[in-house]
Order: sequence, then C-alpha cells, then structure tokens
Amino acid sequence: MADGKVEFELVSPERLLASQSVDMVVVPGGDGDFGVLAGHAPLLSTVRAGVITVYEAKVITDRIFVAGGFAEVTRERCTVLAEVAMPVSDIDTAKAEQDLREARDDAAGAATDSDRDAATRRADIAQAKLDAVRRAAVH
Amino acid sequence: MASLKDLRDRIGSVKATQKITSAMKMVAAAKLRRAQEQAEAARPYAERMERMLASLGTSVRGTPGAPPLLAGTGNDQRHLIILATADRGLCGGFNTNLVRRARALIIELQAAGQDVQLLCVGRKGRDSIRRDYGSLIGETIEGIGRKAVVFEEADGIAARVREMFDAGEFDVCTLIYAKFKSAISNEIQAQQLIPAPIPEASDDADDLGGAVYEYEPSEEEILVDLLPRNISVQIYRALLENAASEHGARMAAMDNATRNAGERIKGLTLTYNRTRQAMITNELIEIISGAEAL
Repeated sequence: MADGKVEFELVSPERLLASQSVDMVVVPGGDGDFGVLAGHAPLLSTVRAGVITVYEAKVITDRIFVAGGFAEVTRERCTVLAEVAMPVSDIDTAKAEQDLREARDDAAGAATDSDRDAATRRADIAQAKLDAVRRAAVH
Repeated sequence: MASLKDLRDRIGSVKATQKITSAMKMVAAAKLRRAQEQAEAARPYAERMERMLASLGTSVRGTPGAPPLLAGTGNDQRHLIILATADRGLCGGFNTNLVRRARALIIELQAAGQDVQLLCVGRKGRDSIRRDYGSLIGETIEGIGRKAVVFEEADGIAARVREMFDAGEFDVCTLIYAKFKSAISNEIQAQQLIPAPIPEASDDADDLGGAVYEYEPSEEEILVDLLPRNISVQIYRALLENAASEHGARMAAMDNATRNAGERIKGLTLTYNRTRQAMITNELIEIISGAEAL
C-alpha cells in the first residue's frame, strides 16, 4: 500500500461497490461529517443519508450518495456499509422532489408512530438527495 | 407380453421425459452459476458487518442497557422458526431435508415444553409441514427469488420478524436454511437470529495497533441501528445460500433422472428388439410348416 493513502471500500448487501486507494474520504457520520486520512484512529460510526466525497490529490474525484449505513475506520482502511448507494450525478431530482412530497404527506397523515418514523426517514433521505445535487452544482 | 406398439410408445415417452430432465438440468446449472456469483458478491458486506458486530457486541454484552435484539427478552419460552425452502420441487431431497430438520427442532422444543411458531418462506416447505404442524404456521411468504433474490425481499421478511419481536410475539428466533457447499452437497443450518449470537472477535482485525475503536455516537446507539440491519443481512445471506443449494440439488437430481431415463431406454429397446425378432421367427416357422403341410 502506498504511503499516505487510505483504502476506501464501499459495500452494499448485494456487492462490493468500490475498493480503491485514495488520499482522503469524507463520510457523513451520524454526528457530523468526518474526513479520513491514512493513520486515522480506529472508529465505528453510523452514517446518515448524505454524500461521501473522495479526494485524490486535493481534488474531488467522486461523490457518492448513500442513504445511511455504517462506517468502520482503521489506520489504513475506511469501510462504508450502505444499503443504497449511487453516484450523485445519477440522482433524479424530479423523482427525489416527488419522493420528498409523498413522504411528507405520508408523515403528516401517518396513523401510528412507526409509520410516521418510516415516512420521516424517507423524507430525510429524499431531502439529503436534493441537498447533494444542489451542493454538487455549487462546487 | 407387451405388444410392439406398446413398447414403442413407452420408449417414446421415456425419451420425452429424458429431454425434459436434461433441459431442466441445463437450466439449473445456469441458474446455479448465477446464484453462486450472487452469494459470493454478497459476502463482503456480511463479513464486515459481522466484524463490526463482533467488536461492538463483546463490549456491550452483559451491560444492563443492552438492546433486546442482542440480549434477548430474558425469556426463552416462545420460539419462532423461519423455515426457508424452495417454491418448487423436483430438486431431490432439498426440501425434504429442510423440513425434516424443522420437524426435529419442533419436536425437541415442544418436548421441552416451549411454544413454537412457524414462518415459512417458500411454498414447498409449508406444503409438507402443514400436515403435521399446520396450526403453528403463522405466515407464508412465497415467490422469493423467482428471478434472483434481491435484498429488498430479505429486508421485507426481516421487517416482519422485527415487527413480531417488538410486539412480543416470540423470544427466540431460529432460521433454517441450506448452506451451499458444492453443486452436489449442502448442509442444513439452524441459525439463531434473535437474540443475536456474537461472533468471536477475530485477531487479525486490521492491525489496530492495540488501539480500541472509538464509537460515534455511542456503542449502544450504533448497536440499535446495526442489529436490525444485521437480521436483514443474515436472512438475505440465508436466502442466497438456499437459492444456490436449491439449484445445485436440482441439477444433481435432474442429472440422475436423465441417466436413469437413458438406462430405461436401453432396457426397453432391448426388449423391443427381442420381441420383434421373436415375432419374425414365429412367422417364418408358420410359413415353413405351412409349406411342408402341402
């Protein structure tokens, strides 16, 4: 392994989505974004819906949207387990907006707490998708 | 003795059967390859989740606030058995073996005076266990992996199981499936899902340099998130293994059937030729004795 590099792995239940050596990864952790460089202290964290950014020589080479999951960081490796992952460029804005509206309607009309929680979660994911697209457009 | 026409018909029908079985064998082989690839592709996720669970579980286990999915309900009176079988038959002893294992487990649990509920995934398992334990079957889920197993299906089953657990309908959950070993063999597994068994933390965990993990937000909160997903992943993995085993078993069964049909055809053809020869000889004798009588 090259010095100063961190092995980044993105895994979905269906398959290994990415496995590459990169300079830095920024992961949207449950308690806030964190960047992982080589030699990071071992860490287990939840991942909220958001964008993983991959840096190569100080330039962003990849933006991947994940709908939540877990991250495991060791000195030389950063593994993200995500059930849904897609490149930000593949996000369908119109669909995300529609999802957001539907989810909000569902949340408002939900009869039980668990229904409302599920709908709120869907709304959060859709919102995170839209944010991701917006931020990618700014950069 | 069967007439020549009867024999001809039987040979024809065995040949037709042989064609079908050899076609099914081919299809099963193709599906097996795909199912195997899928099972292999799913391995990294399950492995990494297991690793996380191992390091989390060992540090949280035994603490009073441990989530019930890990620590159990403090009771083990009511069991839920998830029996994963195929929707279709003609795959040798595959379904039978799974059902037999489930039956043994039910008998064992009931002998210990415990309540048993069944959740059948796959039609064949339900059909054959219904005769003896129909009253225990709570629900049946069919049509899993008609094309290929997708994670959402497993997630749906897991969601149902979690719902039942949260509603306090059972204390312990066991999943019965066939672990794929090779195209001709599989191993029936009865895996405990709830409370989650903690895998041994492996030593080779990416040299941590003696350091321990930091947890964000906290061990408990990660576990609360991780445990339900772990159930989905375990079920998903079991379904994939099951699919691969099913196709493997079907391939082996159909290979056998094709060979048996071949032997049957050989035997029938021999009888056919003998009968034909006997008739010709008979006719010749009749002609000759008729000519001599003149």
